[in-house]
Amino acid sequence: MSAAPTLAVWKFASCDGCQLSILDCEDELLAIADRIRIAQFPEASRAVVAGPYDISLVEGSVTTPSDAERIRRIRAQSGLLIAIGACATAGGIQALRNFADVEEFRSLVYARPEYLSTLDTSTPVAAHVTVDLELSGCPIDRRQLLDTLAALLVGRRPDLPGHSVCFDCKARGTTCLLVAGGVPCLGPVTRAGCGAICPAYGRGCYGCFGPAATVNAPALVARLRELGMTEPELTRVFRTFTAAAPAFAAAVPAEEAGA
Amino acid sequence: MTHRSDRSLSVAGLARVEGEGAMHIRVDDGEVTDVRLEIYEPPRFFEALLRGRGYTEAPDITARVCGICPVAYQLSACRAIEDACGVTVDGTLADLRRLLYCGEWIESHALHIYLLHAPDFLGYDGAVELARDHRSIVERGLAIKKAGNELLTVLGGRAIHPVNVRVGGFYRAPSPAELAALVPALRRALDDALSTVEWVARFEYPDFHHDHELLALVEPDRYAIESGTPATDRGLSFAVRDFEAHIVEEQVPHSTALHASLAGRGRYLTGPLARYALSQHLLSPLARQAAGAAGLDVDCRNPFRSIVVRAVELVYAVEEALRLIEAYRPPQLAAVAVPPRAGVGYGATEAPRGTLFHRYALAADGTITSARIVPPTAQNQASIEHDLRALVGQRLHLDDHRLTHECEQAIRNYDPCISCATHFLTLSVERSHR
Repeated sequence: MSAAPTLAVWKFASCDGCQLSILDCEDELLAIADRIRIAQFPEASRAVVAGPYDISLVEGSVTTPSDAERIRRIRAQSGLLIAIGACATAGGIQALRNFADVEEFRSLVYARPEYLSTLDTSTPVAAHVTVDLELSGCPIDRRQLLDTLAALLVGRRPDLPGHSVCFDCKARGTTCLLVAGGVPCLGPVTRAGCGAICPAYGRGCYGCFGPAATVNAPALVARLRELGMTEPELTRVFRTFTAAAPAFAAAVPAEEAGA
Repeated sequence: MTHRSDRSLSVAGLARVEGEGAMHIRVDDGEVTDVRLEIYEPPRFFEALLRGRGYTEAPDITARVCGICPVAYQLSACRAIEDACGVTVDGTLADLRRLLYCGEWIESHALHIYLLHAPDFLGYDGAVELARDHRSIVERGLAIKKAGNELLTVLGGRAIHPVNVRVGGFYRAPSPAELAALVPALRRALDDALSTVEWVARFEYPDFHHDHELLALVEPDRYAIESGTPATDRGLSFAVRDFEAHIVEEQVPHSTALHASLAGRGRYLTGPLARYALSQHLLSPLARQAAGAAGLDVDCRNPFRSIVVRAVELVYAVEEALRLIEAYRPPQLAAVAVPPRAGVGYGATEAPRGTLFHRYALAADGTITSARIVPPTAQNQASIEHDLRALVGQRLHLDDHRLTHECEQAIRNYDPCISCATHFLTLSVERSHR
C-alpha cells in the first residue's frame, strides 16, 4: 500500500475491553500508529478524520434500534469490517436477554423503563451486515489482533484458528483437567486463540472464545453429566459469554433453565 | 461571539473516556440553565441477568461490566458473596488480592494519565498525536502501563478479564519465582511513576475548586484498596452492609446510568480525590514526599489536579506491589472453601475510579436471587454535572470552542467510565441565539 491505510474503531454494547486491547499493545502501539492512520478512535483521540475507512474494527453487539441503523452506515463507509470480541461476534453476555423477557429486565434495573430504547435481543454484527473477519474472545487476544493488522499490512491471510482449546493445551504442555482431573472443561468445544490460559491456571475452560469450527457438543455434555453437573449448571455453562452462538445455544435445551 | 447571553454547547461523542456519552449545556440570559451529562451507552442489564446464576459465577460475569477495571468488579463480587456465605478471606490470599488490585491501579492510572488526560493539558488530541512530538514521554507511560498489565497477566492469567480469581481466593497461587520475575519492570515503573508526578506537577491548572462531600473506603492502618469502611470527609461513616440505606440511586431521563446521592446529604464524589483527602497520611513516605514536592496539600479540591493525585497513587501502587512481592510466601491452599447458604452479602472495594459496591441475595444452594451494583461513575455523575455548571458560569467569556473543550476536560478529570455506569457520555453546550 502506498499511503498508510486508515483505521476506525467503533463501539456498540460492550465493556470497552476489546478496544482497550489496542491500547494494551504497549510495545507496538506507536509502531502501529506509524504504519496505520488511526482516523477514528474516540477512546484514544478527539481527532476524527471523515470516512471512508480502509479498516473498521467493531466492538460490541447491536441492542438498540439506532445501533441497528448505525452499523449499516459504518459498513457503507468501511473497506474491511472486522468484528472484534464475543459481543460483536456472538452477542456477548448481554445476549442472555435473548432467552428472557426484556420488559422484565428493564423494569428490574430501571425505575422508569420508558426512558430506555432497547431491542429484545442482543445480536452479533454479522446478523446485520456483511462481516469480513471475526476475532473471537471475551476479551480478544492482543497477539491475535496484532497478527491480523500485520497480515493486512503485508497482504497475507490472518492466522485465525478454528481448532479447539485442547490443541493449545497440548502445545502448552498442560495436563488435561477433564481426563486426568475430572474437572468440567469446555476446552473440547471452544475455539482456540486465548493461549489455553484457564487450564494452565487449574480451572476448566469457560468458553469465552465461543464454539470452535467443528463442535461435538453432545459428547461433551454427556461427559459433563457423568462428572456430576446438574442440568441447570449445564445450561449456565453454555449460556454465558457467547450464549447466542448457534453451536452453544443448541448444546442445551431451548427452554429457559437455570433461572 | 464571546458575549452572547444565550448559548448552547454540545459534544455529541465525548472522546478519551471509557464508553459512550454526550454533554449538553444550555445558557439563557447569561445563566446556566441546563447541564446534562448524557449517557447513551446501551444498557446491558447485568443485575437482571445475574439472577438464576450460580454464586461462583458472579466474579466472572460482573468483570464484563468493565474491560478497564475488571478486577474491581471481581473483588467487590467476591467480597459480597463471601459476606453472604459468612466466610472471611484473609492472610496471604488477601495480600494476593491486594497485589492483583495494585496491577489494575497501575494499568488504569497509567492509561488515564498518559493516554486520556495529559493530552488535554498539552494541547494534543490524543497520545498518538502527543507521541509525534514527545515520543519518549508516551513510551514512559506505556512502560508503566505494561508493568501493571504484566502483574495482572502473571497473577490473573490475562490483563483484561483475568481468569484466576474465584470466590474464596484463586484457582492457582503464583510461585515466588513468577512474582520475582516482575520486580525489575516494577522497579523501573517506580522511577517512571516518580517522574510522572514531577511531569504532571508542571502542567498549568485552571483555578477551579469544588465543595463536594468526598466518600472513600478507609482502613485504620493503610491506604484502602481491596477492603475498607465507607467514610466521608464530613464525618459520615457506615458499614458496607448499610450502603443501600445511605446511597440513593435515581433514574434521570437523559441517562442510562442511575444518579446516586447520599441520603439526606446530596451529591458526593468518590475516586482518587476522595481517597487522597481521607487517607493521604497513610500513603508511603515516598508517595507523600512526591505529593509534597508536587505542591499537593493534604487535601486537593481542584478536580483538574486529579491527574497529580492519580500519579501519586501510581507511585504508591507500584511500591505496594513491590512490597507485597517481597513479603510473599505461597499459601497452603489457593482458595478457602465457601459453602453456599441462604443470605444477603455486601462488598465494596476501591476501583481506580472510586468505591464500587455490590450486593447479592443467595438461595440456600447458592443461586443468585437478586443483585445490585453501584459503580463509581454513577455516584460521581451529579458532582460532574455540578462542576460543569460552576465552570461554565465562571467562563461565559470564552468562545464556544474553548468553553466546550474546557467542559470536556472537566469531565475527563473524573476518568468517567461510561461502560460501568450504564446501567454513561457525548458533550453538547447550547446557547440560544436571540
